[in-house]
Amino acid sequence: MIKFDQVSKRYPGSHEALRGVSFEIQQGELVFVTGHSGAGKSTLLKLMAAIERPTTGTVLIGNQNASKLKPAAIPFMRRKFGLIFQDHKLLYDRNCFENVALPLYINGVTGADAGKRIRAALDKVGLLTREKSMPITLSGGEQQRLAIARAVVSRPSILIADEPTGNLDEKYATEIMSLFYAFQQVGVTVIIASHDAHGINAAQGKVLCLEHGELRA
Amino acid sequence: MKQWINQHTQAIRLVFSRMRHNILSTLMICCVMGVALCLPGILYVIVAQLNQLAGDVQSEPQISLFLKLDITPDGISKLDKLLSNQPDIQSHRFVSKDSAWQKLQLSAGAAAGNLEKNPLPDAYFVTPKALDPAAVERLQSQMQQWPGVELAQADASWIKRLYALVGLGKKAILALATLLGFALVAITGNTIRLQILTQREEIEVSKLIGATDRFIRRPFLYAGAIYGLGAGLAAWLLLASVISLFNASIADIAALYSSNFRLDLPDITLIGAMIASAVGLGWIGSFVVVNRSLWQFDHG
Repeated sequence: MIKFDQVSKRYPGSHEALRGVSFEIQQGELVFVTGHSGAGKSTLLKLMAAIERPTTGTVLIGNQNASKLKPAAIPFMRRKFGLIFQDHKLLYDRNCFENVALPLYINGVTGADAGKRIRAALDKVGLLTREKSMPITLSGGEQQRLAIARAVVSRPSILIADEPTGNLDEKYATEIMSLFYAFQQVGVTVIIASHDAHGINAAQGKVLCLEHGELRA
Repeated sequence: MKQWINQHTQAIRLVFSRMRHNILSTLMICCVMGVALCLPGILYVIVAQLNQLAGDVQSEPQISLFLKLDITPDGISKLDKLLSNQPDIQSHRFVSKDSAWQKLQLSAGAAAGNLEKNPLPDAYFVTPKALDPAAVERLQSQMQQWPGVELAQADASWIKRLYALVGLGKKAILALATLLGFALVAITGNTIRLQILTQREEIEVSKLIGATDRFIRRPFLYAGAIYGLGAGLAAWLLLASVISLFNASIADIAALYSSNFRLDLPDITLIGAMIASAVGLGWIGSFVVVNRSLWQFDHG
């Protein structure tokens, strides 16, 4: 499904964020990417979603080489992923419903069909009653859940979350994590980056531990 | 196909809802652009009308042939024959020196009475067939060479001036339309640029979750085109009201000159062309700006 082969990433004028990283993720796996901050977790996720390109090495997504993708093909590659960003990246000028609608609109799904799917996604994260609310009125945990709803509404086969529980207290964090487990249960590949090892050991998933841009065995 | 239509209707709906939220600024922009567009329109209406006026008086140019004072009756009849055989001439009329003298005495009275003898020459008044000033002038210089003719004078010089004026006006329209076309592109471009700035976040997020450049560009292009459409319609309204406003006073002045000169709204094809070019220019302005912004997004 996802295969990294000797992937290195160097940002201009900076150290190597990733060095010779190789791993493989199967369909339906639950994968944690851990490591201290600055270890290259976010870079790893960005390489997967074709937001960044590797300096050397190959990134295979499905059967496509993400590092050699034409610019015009990148948007279609990204649609395979549901992305949950560290800073949510919600749009604060529109309500919850419209936030979740964005990926569908991008895919050209509108009207009643879209409405059904948006409500299903909001229901899944427990925000169905808040569909008309503006994101700014939501709590941190609710905003995170809204971001998840937006990520899953177009039914991606891979879900990528960068520090999804980062700023949340224990109760919310557990709630969010159980959401991810639920998605993995129905066959979605879930990749979660997290700086705290806490709560991960207990989970049954693969752990990729990064240290200074290298993968620790 | 259905998806394609969906994407477009969705983009248009989005644009309209954004415009509804900023209805005042949308109307202002359309008005500014409409004023810019309506200026060459007004000039066009005036020039078109002058052109028509020039066409109306074209049948009137006359060439006056003043004959030599010592011309013999034989010479006059020779000239008469020449005039009759000349194919470019529609009609000619002979006015003898005596009848002209009488006329002058009648109209000028005592002033003419001071003259001791008739100073006037025999004359022919010739109406040429040709309508345009150049042909009239050709005929005039030809007649000047005829024996017995002292002076051939075409009174078409003011028509020539009118023609030159109309020609100048046409050039002015072209220059003005080009300049204001640029202005239109610039105004739309700048408006769209500001909208892109306010929607920076949305564009960024959309790109991250897989929106194509085309998807991002689409609503802005529609917005540009709709601004153009609004501007075109505004220009039409402005033009119509300016014309009806002016026509009231023009009718008074024209009546004094016993003319039925009046300004008419350009015909529907021209109005259509004006609106269509406004739409096109709005689209172009938007296209340029959106592409530049998308490039900037991709290259930091």
